[in-house]
Amino acid sequence: MCDAPMCDAPMYDTLISPFVEFEFMRRALVGACALALAGSPIGVFLLLRRMSLTGDAIGHAILPGAAIGYLVAGLSLPAMTIGGVVAGLSVALLAGLVARVTVLREDASLAAFYLVSLALGVTILSVGGSTIDLFHVLFGNVLALDEATLIFLASASTITLLALAVIYRALALETLDPGFLASVSRAGGPATLLFLSLVVLNLVAGFHALGTLLCVGVMILPAASARLWSADVTRMTLIAMACGLFASAAGLLLSFHFNLPPGPLVVLCAGAWHALSLVFGRSGGWLRGLAPRRHLEA
Amino acid sequence: MSAPTGKIALRLKDLTLSYDGHPAVHHLSGDVAQGALLAVCGPNGGGKSTLLKALTGALRPAGGAIELLACAPRDIAFLPQAADVDRSFPIDVFDLVAMGLWRRIGWLGGVSKAERARVREAVAAVGLTGFEDRPIGTLSGGQMQRALFARLLLQDSPVVLLDEPFNAVDQRTVAELLALVGRWSAEGRTVIVVSHDFDLVRRVFPQTLLLAREKIAWGDTAQALAPENLLAAQRMVEAFDRRAHECERAA
Repeated sequence: MCDAPMCDAPMYDTLISPFVEFEFMRRALVGACALALAGSPIGVFLLLRRMSLTGDAIGHAILPGAAIGYLVAGLSLPAMTIGGVVAGLSVALLAGLVARVTVLREDASLAAFYLVSLALGVTILSVGGSTIDLFHVLFGNVLALDEATLIFLASASTITLLALAVIYRALALETLDPGFLASVSRAGGPATLLFLSLVVLNLVAGFHALGTLLCVGVMILPAASARLWSADVTRMTLIAMACGLFASAAGLLLSFHFNLPPGPLVVLCAGAWHALSLVFGRSGGWLRGLAPRRHLEA
Repeated sequence: MSAPTGKIALRLKDLTLSYDGHPAVHHLSGDVAQGALLAVCGPNGGGKSTLLKALTGALRPAGGAIELLACAPRDIAFLPQAADVDRSFPIDVFDLVAMGLWRRIGWLGGVSKAERARVREAVAAVGLTGFEDRPIGTLSGGQMQRALFARLLLQDSPVVLLDEPFNAVDQRTVAELLALVGRWSAEGRTVIVVSHDFDLVRRVFPQTLLLAREKIAWGDTAQALAPENLLAAQRMVEAFDRRAHECERAA
């Protein structure tokens, strides 16, 4: 695979040299790592708030916005980003509003909105673009990240981590005991709203690299795996981040060596880690439940 | 009712609380003195929980007013009947209790060494020493209630509202939690407790409000819980009347 004379050690060959030799691989690695760093703590909170599927729904909902951006300005980063953010936030907020003013629960109204959005997005794309464009939006292209996209991914990641640090306590308390938080402060509403905005921002950032269908994978899979290893939010977040970074690097390398699409392989690597966690996880994995452990005196 | 020592903590003025126009609490007036230890009793659907909800500001009066003279609504420490704590949330007892500090630390404030010590004191005061590192998902019902009491301790509020805090808790836990309630009262805090347990109320609470949508009795516990009052309370809670007339007293 690598026939440069400096590649003598097989480890170096497989793990390092693809990134050293090819700029597109370096860009892909930086982009995927930025996504994983910000996406995994978001995923942890989605998981704890029982909103794992909400991420998926909003991910689909950004499609018509991105499609309209594409129709107006072609494959332009700002247009598709703004369109995606507007569409994602509107659907998230509208679903919340419908849940409040009608008898429908939030999951039902969210499902309705995202199904319509998805259909609308695909229709718009088929009117204005080719199948290749559609493929790009649905599955992204992590190997073709340009300067501007990379800067956008890094900025989104930085903003997400800083904002999460600010709302962390309020968000945790809103998730743990919303009634108590409401009785002592007004922080619950703004924290939830800001969190939803961060979810949308990360999904929009993610769709440039991994596409609308896969970007939820790098949020939820590391988070769900982390819960199987730790019952502490902080540790869960750190484990999820590590898992996200690992899956990014491993997925890109596998895609490079076996000539397979990178986006799905990143998600598949996270999935493989999730499968391992399901079986071996120290905090609630399958084996843990099977093994008859010695119990303590008190 | 009369206030024993001057200062009033909160005053209800012709208070009506309603859901969809149907009153749950109807034209209730009275003062609660600072440092009072008041029980709120009454049949199911009598408006007890609704009253506490309104005191915390979560429910707006349909008529009349609540005057809080001791503190702001958000400074009230309130333990709802079924606290909607997500028991599966990965957090330990120490952190759960420490959330009682929210009014002081807010979104970003650090927890000082002194405050950490206060958290540990509160955990010790409810008899949970040694449980600080346990995930809340592993606590029993009684232990969870103790942890929530520790959080109330840290809120350090002049007004404490408890809604059925002794349900499904064993005798010993009840006794220990009651000791805390007594301590709050001795410290001059106003404590209002909703309870169904008449024996317990007679034993511990000097004053009682017997509420069955309307005020049946409010005052000395022995008198308030006299048989004729209890009978009157039972009669007050009639069936939900879909075609109830507009209240004439409101006009």
